[in-house]
Amino acid sequence: MAHEFIDGSTAIVRGALAAGCDFFAGYPITPASPILQMMMTELPARGGVAIQGEDEIASIGMCIGATLAGARTLTATSGPGISLYSENIGLAIIGEVPLVIVDVQRLGPATGGATTVGQGDVQFVRWGTAGGYPIIALAPSTVEECYSLTMRAFDLAERFRCPVFLLTDKDLNMTMRTVDPSALTDMVVRDRDLRRGDEGPPYRYHPPDGVPPMSRYGDEIMRFTGSSHGEDAVITKNPAAVGALNDHLAAKIDDHRAEIEMVTLDHQERAATLILTYGVTAGAARAAVRQTRAGGDAVSLLVVQSLWPVPEEAIGAALEGVTRVVVPELNLGQYRREIDRLASGREIVGVNRVDGKLITPEQIVEALL
Amino acid sequence: MSTTIVPLATYRNETAYPFCPGCGHSSILDQLNEALVRLDLDPKQVVLVSDIGCSGLSDQYFATSAFHGLHGRSLTYAAGIKLARPELEVIVIMGDGGTGIGGAHFLNAARRNVGMTLLVFNNLNFGMTGGQHSTTTPFGAITSTTPGGNLERPLDICATAAVNGAAYVYRGTNFDADLTDRMVEAIETPGFSVLDIWDLCTAYFVPSNKFGKRSLEDTQKRLGLGTGVLEQRDVAEYAAAYRTEAAKRPHSPWLEPHLLESEFTSDLDGPCRLLVMGSAGGKVRSAARLIAEAAIRSGLHATQADDYPITVKTGHSIAELIFSSDPIDFAGIDRPDVMVILSEDGLAKAGPYLAAMTSTGRVVMVPGLGDVETRAALEVLDLERLPGRVAKTELALVALTAAIVGQNVVSAEALRAAAGRGRYAEKNLTAIANGLELTP
Ligand SMILES: Cc1ncc(C[n+]2csc(CCOP(=O)(O)OP(=O)(O)O)c2C)c(N)n1
Ligand code: SF4
Ligand SMILES: [Mg+2]
Repeated sequence: MAHEFIDGSTAIVRGALAAGCDFFAGYPITPASPILQMMMTELPARGGVAIQGEDEIASIGMCIGATLAGARTLTATSGPGISLYSENIGLAIIGEVPLVIVDVQRLGPATGGATTVGQGDVQFVRWGTAGGYPIIALAPSTVEECYSLTMRAFDLAERFRCPVFLLTDKDLNMTMRTVDPSALTDMVVRDRDLRRGDEGPPYRYHPPDGVPPMSRYGDEIMRFTGSSHGEDAVITKNPAAVGALNDHLAAKIDDHRAEIEMVTLDHQERAATLILTYGVTAGAARAAVRQTRAGGDAVSLLVVQSLWPVPEEAIGAALEGVTRVVVPELNLGQYRREIDRLASGREIVGVNRVDGKLITPEQIVEALL
Repeated sequence: MSTTIVPLATYRNETAYPFCPGCGHSSILDQLNEALVRLDLDPKQVVLVSDIGCSGLSDQYFATSAFHGLHGRSLTYAAGIKLARPELEVIVIMGDGGTGIGGAHFLNAARRNVGMTLLVFNNLNFGMTGGQHSTTTPFGAITSTTPGGNLERPLDICATAAVNGAAYVYRGTNFDADLTDRMVEAIETPGFSVLDIWDLCTAYFVPSNKFGKRSLEDTQKRLGLGTGVLEQRDVAEYAAAYRTEAAKRPHSPWLEPHLLESEFTSDLDGPCRLLVMGSAGGKVRSAARLIAEAAIRSGLHATQADDYPITVKTGHSIAELIFSSDPIDFAGIDRPDVMVILSEDGLAKAGPYLAAMTSTGRVVMVPGLGDVETRAALEVLDLERLPGRVAKTELALVALTAAIVGQNVVSAEALRAAAGRGRYAEKNLTAIANGLELTP
């Protein structure tokens, strides 16, 4: 039996390459820099392009341009960089640009605990650009998931023609762990749905949840705009056309939540308490569950991988028979807000930490009592 | 995908320009159209990347491909497009506004020389938002945000581009008879070309400053700004240069799977948490990694998290290791089972851990660090027993070997197997041998 000793950054880069990523642009920031570093060395050798932008705005801008020229693009940063990505995230949403954005969270606000662990960007990635349209965010909780969810992020980006966040953190990305290579499971990442000749207008809003094939610069005359546009990609203020565009941007994701939902439920019969968590904190939760069950008590665990849109069905199912929900997270209770609205009538307890240290299994066990 | 080139008699579409009567933007666009006709380019190979502003509306009146993004960022999208598909002809249309909000991109485009042509529609103010001052508003000019006259020095777009490496730099006005020629020249130039084209905003700048065609040239003279072709140099176009260089690059050494066979055994039952507390330059992380790899070769699970200050060459260097016969869900360490202290820097960070350790814990220290307070069992390594002095860079592996081998975690054989490859194999094996001399 052979194992590897790798960290989340390495798994993310490998996952991206396996997904066919051929363009990367980013700006150095711990703890996301190792991804930049690996891409800068590896992509050229594979015939791709990796570039260090003059700042985060340039980096995501280059990614958006490259995607429209046919590339499969990745960028990676941390909270301060996501702040600078904000306006371009909106551009990628309105222009329907597939793109994977890794947010390796560190403790904020601002420069914050450079560089200690945090999970403070959970609501930020959800609401991080003007308009409030749905976004997709996946949160791996192990090194293995860093690999598989990166591939999945690329697939969802193509499926829905939108930016997809991979939300990780300093400890997940920079702690090396024993990994069974066969647990780095590949998936088929769909190719870009490219237009074959004249297939009508470049954008389509009817039915609202449809996702039209894309074009590439050079293949045909192609127009792109970040302003409200009709299906012909021409700027418009026509309320019917603008309304249809914006309904479409929401419907294409909201109406297909089932395709995105991803959780891991470790259910125990008779357990009245459910631990609900995500990301690196899931590690402590798994240890807490083990300890609790070893002590003869029952507890269930739901690890949420698809943070956004909130996997309401799966969470609803996990809440059956549960009277108490414990939500550990490295922020002041950001995802707990979502659970509050889904688990009304139950006792909801947060386990929170914002001092740059991980939540420990013992802290979670304590909250179970 | 067809490869036949279909040049056009005009690259304009049928839609009339939206600009105010007399707005200079219309005239620049007519001349751009003429340049494209003269260049005979395939319209699908031409991407007009427009910024935001009145000038940013321009792309909609052309029958080429287009990208209309965010204010100030047009050069970034253009660079991405060109880098991904270098065969495309990328032309950026930006107002003087873009040279302010996108100043960093402008500077770096000049340095980088990705092959694209930037046309600055420089009407000395923000037209679209109501005639506010811009980076290029001349001294003394009245705008809606400089009611008493502009006090800021105007940006010299051309000098900035030229001094930072742009391949082609030109300044003129939309009235210049040779503007079309210069556009053709700029588009044909490999690398980054800039045309700073002054024009009139008839809605704002003209009425506020009693400005006219003559004033454009007069102002350029008054400000000492050169006109005509100001720079023309051979440069390596970045997208092409990147591909040439990339073809020579080896694959990343970090991504090669490095498989560790579990060919040894370990008697460890449950977890063992080990902290290595040392200093920068002491090879703490690499020594810790060898121990972790040895553990994995012994069938154990391992984690390693490193902690060091941002100033990497000074201060502490700490490695947190966990080994376990079971999968490790939680990689944090509050109370280590074993702590190896290698230096004053390491000791300075050890306080909370020393306090948390119990009598089952072990602290292994190099000599000379003074007294420490802990309930754990304390061992000071007797380095005197070794022949010769232990180098600072070998101390970590020596001490770790002494602390760990013989403690049911990893065997000397497993450690040797982990250490016996690569550039430092010989040094590592010597350090391990020295460490084994010191095992209790
Ligand atoms: C981030 C951001 N800030 C502000 C604006 C508002 N805005 C639109 S156009 C513009 C200035 C345009 O001036 P210029 O680039 O000179 O173009 P002109 O209208 O003069 O052709 C501004 C500030 C914006 N669109 N985006
Ligand atoms: S506001 Fe100024 S720049 Fe805009 S169209 Fe009118 S004249 Fe031209
Ligand atoms: Mg202007």
